Amino acid sequence: MTEYDHELDASGLNCPLPILRARKSLGKMKPDETLHIIATDPGSVKDFEAFAKQTNNLLLSSTESGGRFNFVMKKT
Amino acid sequence: MAARKKKLSIIATRGTLDWAYPPLVIASTAAALGYDTEIFLTSYGIELVKQTPRLKTTAIGNPGMPMPIQLPVLLQAMPGMQNIMTMLMHQKLKSKGVMSIEQLRALCLESGVKMIACEMTLNLFDIDQSDLLDEATTGSIATYLEFAGKSHISLTF
Repeated sequence: MTEYDHELDASGLNCPLPILRARKSLGKMKPDETLHIIATDPGSVKDFEAFAKQTNNLLLSSTESGGRFNFVMKKT
Repeated sequence: MAARKKKLSIIATRGTLDWAYPPLVIASTAAALGYDTEIFLTSYGIELVKQTPRLKTTAIGNPGMPMPIQLPVLLQAMPGMQNIMTMLMHQKLKSKGVMSIEQLRALCLESGVKMIACEMTLNLFDIDQSDLLDEATTGSIATYLEFAGKSHISLTF
């Protein structure tokens, strides 16, 4: 399991809230710090891929377990 | 590499609850994805930048609107029905965890989305700038088109 510096629990939030909250969290982080995001919205998988691509932050991992989606993003 | 920052321009012309969501959801998401976003509010869309938007919705003229019970149009037009339909829509939005328009709007502004109220509309409907959000500026379509002309995506609602 990848280690992370910050965590954001976006469970129960639907599109586009998970990425909006993630953007806010990433804004407060320093470059190279990592953010672990938990979401329950299945749409968030594609959302975070697009988010990483468009904002040039790195999506280190994207996993799912029992309806919970976990993402680790690194701020660049 | 310095790519030109992406720009999104939106014109919002409608003032009903169902039509308030598309411009604001798209604007907030685009802002999250790094777009410079401006919304030009004109005609009934001005309602979205009023201090307290009063947004209603109705199924009349909207055969595509899903309803819990299929009511004949004549009944939908009865007094009070519009308020009932608006209330039902609010309940549905809340039950699915969708933000209210005020919250979504605040999120947009927080994310740097610019909201510009059409001067001609304000004039037409006798709306004072003090009735609008402090964060909203006023402008003409000409000023807006300067931004829109350089934007990568331009949408009208």
